[in-house]
Amino acid sequence: MSFERVQEKLNILADAAKYDVSCSSSGSNRTNKNKGLGDASASGICHTYTEDGRCVSLLKILLTNHCIFDCAYCVTRKSNDIKRAAFKVQEVVDLTINFYRRNYIEGLFLSSGIFKNADYTMERLVAVAKKLRLEENFNGYIHLKSIPGASDELMREAGLYADRLSVNIEIPTEKGLKLLAPDKNRADFLKPMKKVKNEIIQYKSEKKIIKSTPKYAPAGQSTQMIVGASGENDMEIMYTSNYFYKNFNLKRVYYSGYVPISYDNRLPQIGTPVPMLRENRLYQTDWLLRFYGFNIEEILNNDHKSLDLDIDPKLGWALRNLHEFPIDVNKAEKRMLARIPGLGMKSVYKIINARRYGKLNWEHLKAIGVALNRAKYFIICASNEYERRDLTAQKIKGLILQNSKSKYTKTLSNQLNLFG
Amino acid sequence: MYTALIYDGSFDGFLTSIFVSFDLKLEKVNIVKSQFFQDSFFEEKETIITDKEKADRVWLGLKKKIKPIELSRMYYAFLSENATVENALFMAIKYVFKSKDNVASNFSNPYILEISKLSKNVSREKHRMEAFVRFKLTKDNIYFANIEPDFNVLPLITKHFKNRYADQKWMIYDLKRNYGIFYNLEKLETIQLSFNNSFDPTKTNASYFTDSELEFQQLWKDYFKSTNIKSRKNMKLHIQHVPKRYWKYLSEKSPI
Ligand code: SF4
Repeated sequence: MSFERVQEKLNILADAAKYDVSCSSSGSNRTNKNKGLGDASASGICHTYTEDGRCVSLLKILLTNHCIFDCAYCVTRKSNDIKRAAFKVQEVVDLTINFYRRNYIEGLFLSSGIFKNADYTMERLVAVAKKLRLEENFNGYIHLKSIPGASDELMREAGLYADRLSVNIEIPTEKGLKLLAPDKNRADFLKPMKKVKNEIIQYKSEKKIIKSTPKYAPAGQSTQMIVGASGENDMEIMYTSNYFYKNFNLKRVYYSGYVPISYDNRLPQIGTPVPMLRENRLYQTDWLLRFYGFNIEEILNNDHKSLDLDIDPKLGWALRNLHEFPIDVNKAEKRMLARIPGLGMKSVYKIINARRYGKLNWEHLKAIGVALNRAKYFIICASNEYERRDLTAQKIKGLILQNSKSKYTKTLSNQLNLFG
Repeated sequence: MYTALIYDGSFDGFLTSIFVSFDLKLEKVNIVKSQFFQDSFFEEKETIITDKEKADRVWLGLKKKIKPIELSRMYYAFLSENATVENALFMAIKYVFKSKDNVASNFSNPYILEISKLSKNVSREKHRMEAFVRFKLTKDNIYFANIEPDFNVLPLITKHFKNRYADQKWMIYDLKRNYGIFYNLEKLETIQLSFNNSFDPTKTNASYFTDSELEFQQLWKDYFKSTNIKSRKNMKLHIQHVPKRYWKYLSEKSPI
């Protein structure tokens, strides 16, 4: 391995890969075999954090940033005047193994620009994973990007070596895709996703009968959407997300605030702030759908196409549905407890546990960790003191905002200023 | 009158002290590591000789009364090396043995609560250490890391590393407590090293480490820089996740 050459490639190809926000290394059940190297079942560790505060768990690189496509939102696009580089398969293997042995990483996240064609690219990604597994007896975490348009045979093979596979949809709407990536089409994204989904289903059913069935992508599939590049609204983003969760059994959808990288006038200009607050609201919505039992239509619909920036989506829902409140925390079932603003799922379980031993009052709720500054307008408990005034949604919102200091207050006021 | 029970600092030594205090029906004890002991006119003093059998009897007795998680909370708390932890454990263990039901999770008892808090701190650092250990490859082919954790977490993290690095020799050395764990491809050994004066644990001295070691550290540093998105910079969050006191041995944070 020539140090200088690898160093230069690493700088270029790590820089180009950083816009992929997924860095999860959890969810696999791959354990150390035959005294080999690594153990992905105990993954999920963040070995360090970047200065922007994101978890560093995997060596996240592109195999190459040569690309035949010209997607406007992407630094790697053909027409962009940048330095290009390509790793050899062995170089990626060596880097991964040497980083892993030093306890820098949990494994590898390998993506790539598309050179020549989809299969040619996918083949090389698979070759890296195969070499790691078969030659190096590597049991750490491997996340491979599925290249849009890759053949079923390659996707089948990819899943035998990778823990996770992902295709980034990037642009939430068809019209956005037409505008920004005219030479790409949606069907190409869906093809490898479908194949992987079916293989996972098949693996799970075979596994029940034959224990030794080789693992297939044990940590499942994920995807990413860019937020704020193509003028889509929150409803469009979340409905797309919901569609993918439902139809492709995705483990995760990631939302990535668009980082301006181009003067292309179809896109937000360089210097436009990254919509981090909006990104955060989308993640919160995602959680409400996956863990809190909300339906997407309750949070986003034709009357309400965008998430509030100044309050979280659960509070937003509650304020639009005041007729559901107040809720008696000593009686309400889990489903309704989960809908109270200021209550996380942890608090919900603690309440259900604790109320078996006696009625809960404000003190108890506080000790449990409920954010009373928000919750108090929506609940009653074993106390005569509660909010009796017949407050309007507007009024409650005002009171809550007055008494809370969001960690986003600064960003929020900046972003509100910018947008008038 | 208080009796000072002076033990060697080991967990077995501590459990032996508990055994002795029960055996002699001592009500007021002050269990203290020999290195911290200071003679006083107002105390009897008793030197404890660590006895594995006695220690095991206390441990097994506890095991019968409380849940595994509660048991491990006690061990974790002990490793915090907090100045009052021996006393808290003594009181808590007495309380557990005296009660008919299992009270090891009754947090309204101040000693049980203290143990729970200490064990949480230790557990947090255990996870941090599993993440922050940085191995360097020595000339004799051992992946070597030095650490200086706030608490004595080394015994807690070795299993994780053994599962993961089954095919490489490695050693993690606690410079603060001056002992390390060495994995020789077969099993784990506790070792003590004497470093010569020229050894600087924050540096990678070419006479001890392989030629490519510095190169990989450089590549890792480069990677750390390249993967950062400047327009999203958030140093507050960064430091919250990677507290400054750990930077010394993190290759990505220290100048090579
Ligand atoms: S195909 Fe992928 S790498 Fe190539 S320009 Fe489009 S998004 Fe970028």
